[in-house]
Amino acid sequence: MTTIYMDNNATTKVADEVIEEMMPYFGQLYGNPSSIHTFGGQVGKKIVEARQRVASLIGCQPEEIIFTSCGTESDNTAIRGALSLSGVKRKIVTTRVEHPAVVGTCRKLENEGYMLVEVGVDKDGNLGMDELRDSIDDNTAIVSIMYANNETGVIFPIHEIAEFVKSKGILFHTDAVQAVGKIPINLAESNIDLLSISGHKLHAPKGVGVLYVRKGTRISPFMLGGHQESGKRAGTENVPGIIALGKACQLAGDNIVDENTRVKNLRDKLEKAILTSCPDSFVNGNTKDRLPNTTNISFEYIEGEAILLMMNKFGICASSGSACTSGSLEPSHVLRAMGVPFTAAHGSIRFSLSRYNTEQEIDFVAEKMAPIVNRLRELSPFVKS
Amino acid sequence: MWDYTDKVMEHFMNPKNVGFIEDADGVGEVGSLACGDALTLTFKLDKDEKIVDVKFKTFGCASAVASSSVLTEIVKGMTLEEAEKVTNQDIAERLGGLPEQKMHCSVMGQEALEAAIANYRGKNGTDAVKAGNIVCTCFGVTDVEIKKVIHENDLTTVEQVTNYCKAGGGCGGCVGQIEKIIEEIQGQKAETKHAPPKTKPSKLTNIQKIQLIQQTINEQIRPALRADGGDIDLVDFDANKVTVAFRGMCAKCKMAEITMKDVVEAKLKEFVSEELFVEEQKDSVKPHEHREDNS
Repeated sequence: MTTIYMDNNATTKVADEVIEEMMPYFGQLYGNPSSIHTFGGQVGKKIVEARQRVASLIGCQPEEIIFTSCGTESDNTAIRGALSLSGVKRKIVTTRVEHPAVVGTCRKLENEGYMLVEVGVDKDGNLGMDELRDSIDDNTAIVSIMYANNETGVIFPIHEIAEFVKSKGILFHTDAVQAVGKIPINLAESNIDLLSISGHKLHAPKGVGVLYVRKGTRISPFMLGGHQESGKRAGTENVPGIIALGKACQLAGDNIVDENTRVKNLRDKLEKAILTSCPDSFVNGNTKDRLPNTTNISFEYIEGEAILLMMNKFGICASSGSACTSGSLEPSHVLRAMGVPFTAAHGSIRFSLSRYNTEQEIDFVAEKMAPIVNRLRELSPFVKS
Repeated sequence: MWDYTDKVMEHFMNPKNVGFIEDADGVGEVGSLACGDALTLTFKLDKDEKIVDVKFKTFGCASAVASSSVLTEIVKGMTLEEAEKVTNQDIAERLGGLPEQKMHCSVMGQEALEAAIANYRGKNGTDAVKAGNIVCTCFGVTDVEIKKVIHENDLTTVEQVTNYCKAGGGCGGCVGQIEKIIEEIQGQKAETKHAPPKTKPSKLTNIQKIQLIQQTINEQIRPALRADGGDIDLVDFDANKVTVAFRGMCAKCKMAEITMKDVVEAKLKEFVSEELFVEEQKDSVKPHEHREDNS
């Protein structure tokens, strides 16, 4: 059975070009980029190139790029690293829909005595901008707000927020793990101080990430030890991963128009077909400011894990905000923050596409969804037959 | 991805006895949409109180559907007396086992059966009200239900109780109560971890006091406040005076403030030092700083 992969916000296929680029560095080119000899030095040159490629995708300087092990490490480093130099300021402002990497870090800091404010969203997943502005005061050390939501794809007005936060003289971090590679980002024209990237969300392998640190922004390092990454992140470099991420960023730049035209059209086609063929279904999150690859659809009266397992029978991969799929007992915190009724939150399915999806795949999935939904509704005590 | 047995997948993909018996003798409805799973079980009896027909409708994940389906297979042909003895373990065993975190699905099956039998008996004059006091407000689980899963499955940890009946799996505010119930039933076997230090440290430096106060607020006070959409911050500490600020729902509710101050003081006296007293910082509360958890 062929796999139809529509779970790209979870992870992505490693691009063939990326694999080709990284493979030699697992094998014969095993040198340490810090070494003085040519054998290691040639590896160092590839890392310089990778750094340039990442910087060019997001419009920053290469020296503003720190390679990390993943998006979660980047988030942890940004928030903790900034706070440890923030002096007497004791307040963190974030949102109620952040990724666990940010939620977990902030909640832990709250337990350590920091004050935490989590700004809410409206029913369409839009950030409460007035609430945000009111939350920021002289005591605020850092504001951390995601660029785009992983579950709904809703994009926050990050540049507007960054500008406001900057005007107050406060550090601004954004978890841009879902945004980088999917929508154009130019940090040269932005007031973002810290930005997190995860390699495996943009067709690089797992185990590599980036923290962008604007020149002049002071953070204390999270990993201590050697002088790697200009002393901002110790530890011998994940050489193949970094080279892979560089290539992936280059490819993302080449494909960004395709992502926002063809992929977006495929997503729109899939969404429309499902909403038409399945009664009592609706999209979660505003459909205007949204990642081009994501749609989150709720099917009322049925449960997400059951839907996913039925889809799995056809080789279709997606994910759900239902409680059961996570092993927790409550549905997605994002959908709950939006006030999506429980009836619909448990039955939410996220389709997230990539440039590798085809029109045929869209047609196949669109055709399969209605029978799956109908079948499960036959089992549901909440649907009167 | 869950590690479901083939049997679970088979019952999920091809469930047996789906439907609703219109003129049923017994109807059992358990769970709710909010909880993420729900089951309606109906059965028909013959003149000897033997189950001749049984049907289910289930909202839930694969293991919920499979548990319901296999339950109908188990009880079909049984007398009511026999059916009453069916446990959640019978259901799980028949499925070749369920993942630990999914055991509550088998419990839901057993509860639906119990409810349907009670419904039938109720019709025949027996009182069949589900007794007990709610312990877990997030999922509406009573002490009676918790005791039952502990007894029948020999559970010794809160995590297990959560896996079997969901209690404690939401805000976590009832974890202490669940620990007490486990200890009541299992005694020495109970693997609970709350146990506040019985002997308070006799001499504390100011720094140690502040750390212990913060820890007590984090572990003993904040979870309960969060459950009700509130929060608390430690503002200052000076010569045994602990200044705190209430936020969110707690800050809005004037009555609660009075009681909460007393609760916080009692906890701090219990865990840190008898000499402490609590004062509340009033003017720090701003309307936006609330955390409403709509769970």
